[in-house]
Amino acid sequence: MATETMTINMGPQHPSTHGVLQLILELDGEIVVKATPHIGFLHRGTEKLSEYRTYHQVIPLTDRLDYLAPMSNNLGYVLAVEKLLGITDKIPERANTIRVIMAELTRIKSHLVWLATHALDIGAMTVFLYCFREREEIIDIYEKVSGARMTTNYFRVGGLSEDLPEGLVDEIRKFTESMEGHLETYEGLLTGNKIWQKRTIDVGYISGEDAIDIGLSGPALRASGVDWDLRRDDPYCNYSEFDFEVPTRTEGDTFARYKVRLDEMRQSARIILQGLDKLKPGPILADCPQVCLPAKKDVVNTIEGLIHHFKIVTEGFKPEEGEIYVGTEAPKGELGYYLVSDGSTHPYRMKIRPPSFVNLQALPQMVEGVLLADVIATIGTLDIVLGEIDR
Amino acid sequence: MGIEQPKTLGNGFVTTSLDKLVNWSRAKSLWPMTFGLACCAIEMMAAGAARFDLDRMGVLFRASPRQADVIIIAGTVTKKMMPVIRTVYEQMPEPRYVIAMGACASSGGIFDTYSVIQGIDEELPVDVYVPGCPPRPEGLLYGLMKLQEKIMKERNSFGAAIGVGEVVNEA
Amino acid sequence: MSKQVVEKLKEKFGALVLAEAEYRDETTVTVERGEVVEICTYLRDDCGFNFLSDLCGVDYLGRAPRFEVVYNLYNITIKSRLRVKVLVEEQDPRVDTVSGVWSTANWHERECWDLMGISFNNHPDLRRILLPEDWQGHPLRKDYPLQGPDREPYQGRLS
Repeated sequence: MATETMTINMGPQHPSTHGVLQLILELDGEIVVKATPHIGFLHRGTEKLSEYRTYHQVIPLTDRLDYLAPMSNNLGYVLAVEKLLGITDKIPERANTIRVIMAELTRIKSHLVWLATHALDIGAMTVFLYCFREREEIIDIYEKVSGARMTTNYFRVGGLSEDLPEGLVDEIRKFTESMEGHLETYEGLLTGNKIWQKRTIDVGYISGEDAIDIGLSGPALRASGVDWDLRRDDPYCNYSEFDFEVPTRTEGDTFARYKVRLDEMRQSARIILQGLDKLKPGPILADCPQVCLPAKKDVVNTIEGLIHHFKIVTEGFKPEEGEIYVGTEAPKGELGYYLVSDGSTHPYRMKIRPPSFVNLQALPQMVEGVLLADVIATIGTLDIVLGEIDR
Repeated sequence: MGIEQPKTLGNGFVTTSLDKLVNWSRAKSLWPMTFGLACCAIEMMAAGAARFDLDRMGVLFRASPRQADVIIIAGTVTKKMMPVIRTVYEQMPEPRYVIAMGACASSGGIFDTYSVIQGIDEELPVDVYVPGCPPRPEGLLYGLMKLQEKIMKERNSFGAAIGVGEVVNEA
Repeated sequence: MSKQVVEKLKEKFGALVLAEAEYRDETTVTVERGEVVEICTYLRDDCGFNFLSDLCGVDYLGRAPRFEVVYNLYNITIKSRLRVKVLVEEQDPRVDTVSGVWSTANWHERECWDLMGISFNNHPDLRRILLPEDWQGHPLRKDYPLQGPDREPYQGRLS
């Protein structure tokens, strides 16, 4: 009997596409024959815009790339600029440790939103409400350190914008210690749940070799059996001083990626607790007056501080000519910044390597031959954020 | 009140109270489109989740434009996205309202670039602007309350609903 | 480690390796445009650079040749990085695609075509990716105005 395929459109206005992603699906009955993603509905020209901003002014733009993990974006960018300036070794110990703590809190926060929306897409409403409850606590911590709930803009070239406020260390510790219990709740709701298992096991399979070829990184790659984590293999900040494991699994399906991310949250909690123990009083900005903004109390109290602040804000600093690439382990994978300097106060070219952009590319081959309903599960498991895909 | 009363409805007393009834039912069950564009959408989700709980105000997110009363433009509007937004907006039944959430939707925000529309009000009639980048959930709540106030002030909404005259917005 | 790779490359390809540079412990080699696919295949198969981190174009307006295509490679086994560059003339902005070497290059090259206007020979699906199909121009080029060609820049702001 002759059959023909049917083409349907999904998105960009669709609650399960995690933003403004459009998929053109070719279906044979309920089986997906071909999926073509269309992106760019949120292309804001961040890379072009950053060529017109001074190095410090670019930091707020990076907040809005992966808006679920703003601190990780900030971190990748400031590390890149610091490498370009050659001041990586001058970052004080305290600043590095706080950066690690914040980056790991961000990882938990990002994974919480992933779990919430992924479970919601598959039909588990309760997990959504629980995850957002915990996320609000991290957002409270964010708010106390930076003043903003989402677009934190907390890291600076050379260190941090402010030290941690009083009493926050205990609050972070309390939250982090409670995380294990929360994770058990989520696992209790999902891991043994027959519906969850049916919807995730053997869905969206990708082998380790294919995953490397297509450029997957982060938890999605580690669930396919490739043991690669930039925090451990190419340490930045002071990750080399922390004791943590890199969870991997070999199944390469949606369930494996779910387990890897949950285990990552546990490891993140472990890193945060170690970081809090390591935290000693000290400076939070590198001793590089040509680059770093002075402390706020100097700006408002002394004329020298005011002049210094004014000079850096109006003129900026000039790294020498050169180009660098820095990759960091963002919650979604390798977040890379390729910066070219022509010796002026603006980046000559800034290329962002967004993990979601590359991970999304694997979608067509992961959904080929699966049921239409599994497309939703596969989009969820890739953990994409359109802000950084489209930039 | 200076407003011409439709003859079919008799004297002013009846009209105003029916208007109020219609306004009240519209204002207290504002159903927005689930339509997130960018960062603000996450704050919109947070506003709907456990801590802020939009449901208690009668605000339930609907995934279909046919069932929605208000569209919250939550994020940066790009030139590529605009035709989609317009289609969704046109699919919504009257009366429909627009909330511009955040700096990008209100004015383009920090993205003054080649691909970004500098404010959704270039294309759609906006009822409420919510400032912030992104606005806090409390900000969105306040924006929704302002919209409710605006709806409560409408005149002849009953008349318009049965096809007599137009809705009159009191300034 | 990366230095040894450059030595190996020079040995194998000789004059096709145009230049090498070292900056902040990062190694960059500039290679001949026509042979980029062979060189990349060699780097993947014999030097272990199995992961293409990033691919992008850079516009050096006023310099000849005007464009560069930059490949940031990573070796997952021994965790080392290498940057490969290709120089591209303004009159003939074309490079052979490396999407046959690493499939991940597919979207990166589409993006490079879309925003920078460098096209890739033999690419399986070279369409615009971020901008609408009917868009005119390539915004990341230095002679493309930030706010687009059809809009007067707003005077109240610095940019």
